[in-house]
Amino acid sequence: MLSQPFMQHALLAGTAVAVLSGIVGYFVVLRAQLFAGDALSHVAYTGALAALAAGVDLRLGLFAATIGVGVILGLLGGRGSTDDVVIGTTFAWVLGLGVFFLALFTTRHAAGNSTASVTVLFGSIFGISASAATTAAVIAASLVVVVLLMARPLLFASLDPAVAAARGVPVRLLGPVFLGVVGASAAEASQVVGALLLFGLLAAPPAAAQRLTDQPWRALALSAGLATAAVWLGLTLAYAVPTLPPSFAMLAVSTSIYAAAAITRSARGRDRTPRPCG
Amino acid sequence: MTAHLTWNLVEDIRLLLQFPFMVNALRAGTIVAVVAGAIGYFMVLRRESFAGHTLALIGFPGAAGATWLGVNESLGFFGFCVAGALVIAMVPAGRSSERSAVIGTVQAFALACGLLFVSLYHGYLTGLNDLLFGTIIGISETQVLILLVAGALALAALAVIARPLLFASVDADVARARGVRVRLVGALFLLLLGVAAAGTSQVTGTLLVFALLVAPAATAVRLTANPLAGVTLSVVIAVLVTWLGEGVAYFSPYPIGFWVTTFAFAFFLLASGYRRFAC
Repeated sequence: MLSQPFMQHALLAGTAVAVLSGIVGYFVVLRAQLFAGDALSHVAYTGALAALAAGVDLRLGLFAATIGVGVILGLLGGRGSTDDVVIGTTFAWVLGLGVFFLALFTTRHAAGNSTASVTVLFGSIFGISASAATTAAVIAASLVVVVLLMARPLLFASLDPAVAAARGVPVRLLGPVFLGVVGASAAEASQVVGALLLFGLLAAPPAAAQRLTDQPWRALALSAGLATAAVWLGLTLAYAVPTLPPSFAMLAVSTSIYAAAAITRSARGRDRTPRPCG
Repeated sequence: MTAHLTWNLVEDIRLLLQFPFMVNALRAGTIVAVVAGAIGYFMVLRRESFAGHTLALIGFPGAAGATWLGVNESLGFFGFCVAGALVIAMVPAGRSSERSAVIGTVQAFALACGLLFVSLYHGYLTGLNDLLFGTIIGISETQVLILLVAGALALAALAVIARPLLFASVDADVARARGVRVRLVGALFLLLLGVAAAGTSQVTGTLLVFALLVAPAATAVRLTANPLAGVTLSVVIAVLVTWLGEGVAYFSPYPIGFWVTTFAFAFFLLASGYRRFAC
C-alpha cells in the first residue's frame, strides 16, 4: 500500500493537515466558535469556485477567501458565538455567490463540468499531486508553529478573557488572528476531506480529546493524535475497500472515535461528582 | 432559459406562469417560505442557527439515500431531518461548547454519509449540484402536496407551542419556575425546525436553506421587537424573497440559489442600515 505514489502523497498531506486541524480545532471547540468554523468551510467553497471561474490556481482563492473572512469575523464578532445571526446571514449569501461562480465556470468551460464543484465540496485526497502535497504539508507545519507560539496566551484568553485582558494579554488582537489561522486551516483541510466535511477533523477529534482529559496540554496533543489516527485509518480503509470514498472513510473513523470517547466518558463519569455547568 | 424580460410586467408574469413546472416551483416556494419565515423567527430568538444549519445539511444524505434506494426524495428529506433533530435534542443543552461539538460532528458525519450514498448510486455528478444548491425545475405535484401537508402540520404545532416557546426562549429560568417544561418545548421546537429545514431544502437546495430560515427572521428582528409583528414580517420577507428569487432565476442564466440568497442578504443589509441610521 505504501509503495503507491498516490498513497504516499495522500499520507503526507493528510498527516500534516490532521495535526494542524487537531490543534486548531481544540481551540475552536474550547472557544465555542464552531459556527464560525462552519461559515469558513462554506466560504472556502466560494473562494475556490471564484478562483476557478477567474482561471487562477484554486488554492489562491481558497486561502484568500477563508483567511480574509476569518479575520473579518474576528474583527466583527469578538467571540464567534455572540452574533451567529450575522454570521449565518452572511455566509448564506457568500455560498450563494459560490453557486454564481459555479454557473459562470460551467458555462465558460463546457468541458470542465461540475466535477470541480464536487472535488472542492467533498475533497479528493487520492488525487492530490506530489507538489500539492508538499505545499500543503509545509503550510500546515508553519501554521502549527504559529498556533503553538500563541497557544499559552490563546488558552488564557479562551478560558477567561476578562482576567487575561487584565493581565496584559492582547485579547482583542488574538481573536482576529486566531480566526485567520482557522481560515487557513479550513483551506488546508478542504484539500484533504473537502470543504463540507471539515468538521470531521476540526470538531470530532478535539471534542473527543476534551471528553477524555481535562488537562489542556494533554488534550491538545491527544486531539492532534486522534485526528492523525482518523486520517491514517480512514486512508487504509478506503484503500482496502475501493467503493468507500476516502473522505467518507476518514469521517466515519473520526465520528466513531468521538462516539467511543463520549461513551467512555459517560460510563466513567457516573461515579464522579457532577462538574458545575458554565 | 429562453424567456426574456420586458418592461411590460403583465406580459412578464404571463411568461413566468406559462409552464407548469414554474407554477409548481412558485407554489412550493410560497409554502416553504411561510413555514421557514415563522419557524426561523423563533430559531433566531433562541440562537439555534447552528442547529438549524446542521438540520438543513442532514437533509442532503436523506435525499441522496432516498435516490439511491429509489424512494421519494421528500421522504428522505423529512425522515433524516426529523431523526437529526431527535439526536441533537438528546444532548443536554448544558455546556454550549460540548453541545456545539456534538452538532458539528453530527453535521460532518451526515454529509459524509450523503457523499457515500451519492457515490454508491452511480448517477454521480448530475443531480448532486441541484440537490445542494436547488433548482426551479423538477418539483412535482406530489412534492407540492407533501410540502403543503408537512408545512400545515408544522405551523399548527408551532401555534400550539408558540406561547410557552416564546417564554422559554426569552427567559428560560423564569419560564421553568413558572412551570413551563423548557426541555420538552425546546425538543419539540427542534423537531419543527427539522421539518422546516427539510421543506426549504427542496426549494433552495440543502446548502442555501439559511437564505429563507435565518435572513428574513434576522431582518424582522432588526425592524421590530414585537413578536407577533416580527413573525408576520419575517414570513412576508421570506415569501417576497422567494418570489423575487424564483422570478429572476427564471429569466436569467444563473441558478435560483444565487438569487434567493442575494435578495435575502440585500433585505438584511437594508434593515441593518435602517436601524443604524434611524436610532
